[in-house]
Amino acid sequence: MGKCTFKGGVHPYDGKELSKDKPIKELFPAVGEMVFPLSQHIGAPAVPVVAKGDYVLAGQLIAEAGGFVSANIHSSVSGTVKAIEPRTLATGGKCNSIVIENDGEYKEVEYSPKKLEDLSRDEIRERIKAAGVVGMGGAGFPTNVKLTPKNPEEIDYIIVNGAECEPYLTSDYRRLLEESDNVILGLKVALKLFDHAKGIIGIEDNKPDVIRLMQEKVANEPDIEVKELKTKYPQGGERCLIYATTGRSINSSMLPADAGCIVHNVDTIFSIYMAVIEGKPLTKRICTVTGDGVKNPGNFYVWLGTNYRQLLEAADGPVGEPEKYISGGPMMGFAMYSLDVPVAKGSSSLLVFQEDIVSKVEASACIRCGRCGAGCPSHLLPAKLAGFASKNNEEGFVKFDGMECVECGSCSYVCPAKRPLTQQIKAMRRTIMANRRKK
Amino acid sequence: MSEVFNVSTNPHVRSKDTTQTIMRDVLIALLPASIFGIYNFGIDALIRIIVGIVTCMASEAVYQYFMHKKVTVMDLSAAVTGLLIALNIPSTLNVGFEIMGCVFAIIIVKQLFGGLGQNFMNPALAARCFLLIAFTGPMTNFVTDTFTGATPLAMLKPNGEAEGVASNLLDMFIGKTSGVIGETSVICLLIGAAYLLVRKVISLRIPLTYVATFAVLIFLFAPGHQFDVEYMAMEICGGGLILGAFFMATDYVTSPITPNGKLVFGVILGLLTFIFRMFGGSAEGVSYAIIFSNLLVPLIEKVTVPKSFGKKKPVKEAAK
Repeated sequence: MGKCTFKGGVHPYDGKELSKDKPIKELFPAVGEMVFPLSQHIGAPAVPVVAKGDYVLAGQLIAEAGGFVSANIHSSVSGTVKAIEPRTLATGGKCNSIVIENDGEYKEVEYSPKKLEDLSRDEIRERIKAAGVVGMGGAGFPTNVKLTPKNPEEIDYIIVNGAECEPYLTSDYRRLLEESDNVILGLKVALKLFDHAKGIIGIEDNKPDVIRLMQEKVANEPDIEVKELKTKYPQGGERCLIYATTGRSINSSMLPADAGCIVHNVDTIFSIYMAVIEGKPLTKRICTVTGDGVKNPGNFYVWLGTNYRQLLEAADGPVGEPEKYISGGPMMGFAMYSLDVPVAKGSSSLLVFQEDIVSKVEASACIRCGRCGAGCPSHLLPAKLAGFASKNNEEGFVKFDGMECVECGSCSYVCPAKRPLTQQIKAMRRTIMANRRKK
Repeated sequence: MSEVFNVSTNPHVRSKDTTQTIMRDVLIALLPASIFGIYNFGIDALIRIIVGIVTCMASEAVYQYFMHKKVTVMDLSAAVTGLLIALNIPSTLNVGFEIMGCVFAIIIVKQLFGGLGQNFMNPALAARCFLLIAFTGPMTNFVTDTFTGATPLAMLKPNGEAEGVASNLLDMFIGKTSGVIGETSVICLLIGAAYLLVRKVISLRIPLTYVATFAVLIFLFAPGHQFDVEYMAMEICGGGLILGAFFMATDYVTSPITPNGKLVFGVILGLLTFIFRMFGGSAEGVSYAIIFSNLLVPLIEKVTVPKSFGKKKPVKEAAK
């Protein structure tokens, strides 16, 4: 079987050897503040259902979905609600958050495990919704909404995104390795929602052990197939992954469902399993803490609301005085100005670099080498788009399909003149989107 | 720990390749041909190579310094231009003329149009054409101690001025013929080209379409030599075709940035070279073909904008 791939992409140093052999370790939150932002997902913020002074249990609903596209939020610890106030997020902005003083007793609510056979489709969707499951690859789209497409009969594939194309991250790898049965069960839950959907688990070929393991596990599952993907960034981007595994292509104005596909991150599928089978809400996730700026990189099962500083301590602290802290991967993650932020549903990693390479490179003249275009998974001409952006030429930018950009960062990465292409294009996209909303 | 850490937008990593490493790769790739040129034409060739590189780098540095611009000679692009100019002149050319060509390339063709990335024409070839027009005699005088007489290509020229027996194909491939310093040895140029391909500095898109188009046209339409395989091979190995196709037509700045544009560019180059060589006044055609095609690049890019990913009906709907 040929390896699945797409046209374009880049090959950054992957750094996965730092943490790939470290088993997932549960990280118990320290006694003290736990912060639960009301917006950990795309859509309307959740609405608090607790007030200051209330005592809550681990797993208890503390904020409910504030609309159709929104998600419930649960406390991961037991303790007292200390405040509901704006707090800084890993992405840099501020957001109203429920602050809970962890009493360190971890008293839990009662969960209601169920068997897959006993659940109807509506019950499955209801349980996923109740558990507050959202896309955990970073975007944070509410999972029950994704699993309720307009034309459910047209869904042909549910794709599990195990590409983990972002360098350094190893959380999906560890999850697949350690919880393969439950990930497959989670996928079966999702498949049960559709009449004829097939499951595809896409994994990059730099993880041969996991590919072999998963292939063995699905040997007797006629509806699930493991596909080997070529290791290339951004193989795990939704559009690239759909194309690589099914040959279908979508653009910015389409949803994966328009091509008969639904894509879920590995950890999301695991959370579906937890929600539907175990009856547990989404209160924990895997975080990779890695980079040359931490003493002991590793993969941790982190309780949501935990402070990033505790993550850093879990990896035995920083090496020297690191210059850069990133939430997420090096290609699409957010650089953080402060570590005093909570782990949210979309926090896949804490990446620490001793040196901030970006601040050291200097942009020089474009030599028109075309590498940005060759690396662009959307087949755009980033050099040209950045040119339009610098002249604030909205018309030209749109004409050259700038709005099709997925902001993957490949162009900036690969540019030999070190021009900030992604940054210019991103900024222009924001301006245009803002202008469109005004109209 | 109340300090504030560095922030920036994604991505937070950068590839190791820089403009300098790319230019360094081009210099490395030109080494075999340069060394062969020195072996072939002696110390004269070495002097011209050194003069070319030094003059180009110096004129760029001096210009940028006095224009209060950032001095960027260490990106090595001027060194590449200098080396290419040296490889494109006969070893007998007056060094003064060469210096004039180098200054013309860097100041007029490159810097006056905005420096690296802004020149619309390959500086080295512009300099060569300038020298060819200004000093036609010295620029086409290939008489050295080692070789006398016309280049193999001039002997092949239909109704050409040069008489005599064309060199044999093997000599042309190895490079033991007369010509400008860097063009004679096809094998050395191909070794360098292979290095650039392996390092992914260039792709085959331009050189392959260029040479293939030219070869097909020669094979089918060369006056008096139709369907003559040996003649076709000599036309490919002779003159500046290989040097031009792999090292000058592929110049990033003056070739199309779009993948399909590169193919169109190659075809146009092949066609023009065929016309210039077969029907023009001179045996050579590569330089003029390339600098003329350089002017077409904006037009080529305009019609070859790649289709963005997914910009069509999804496969599913199309299948219905």
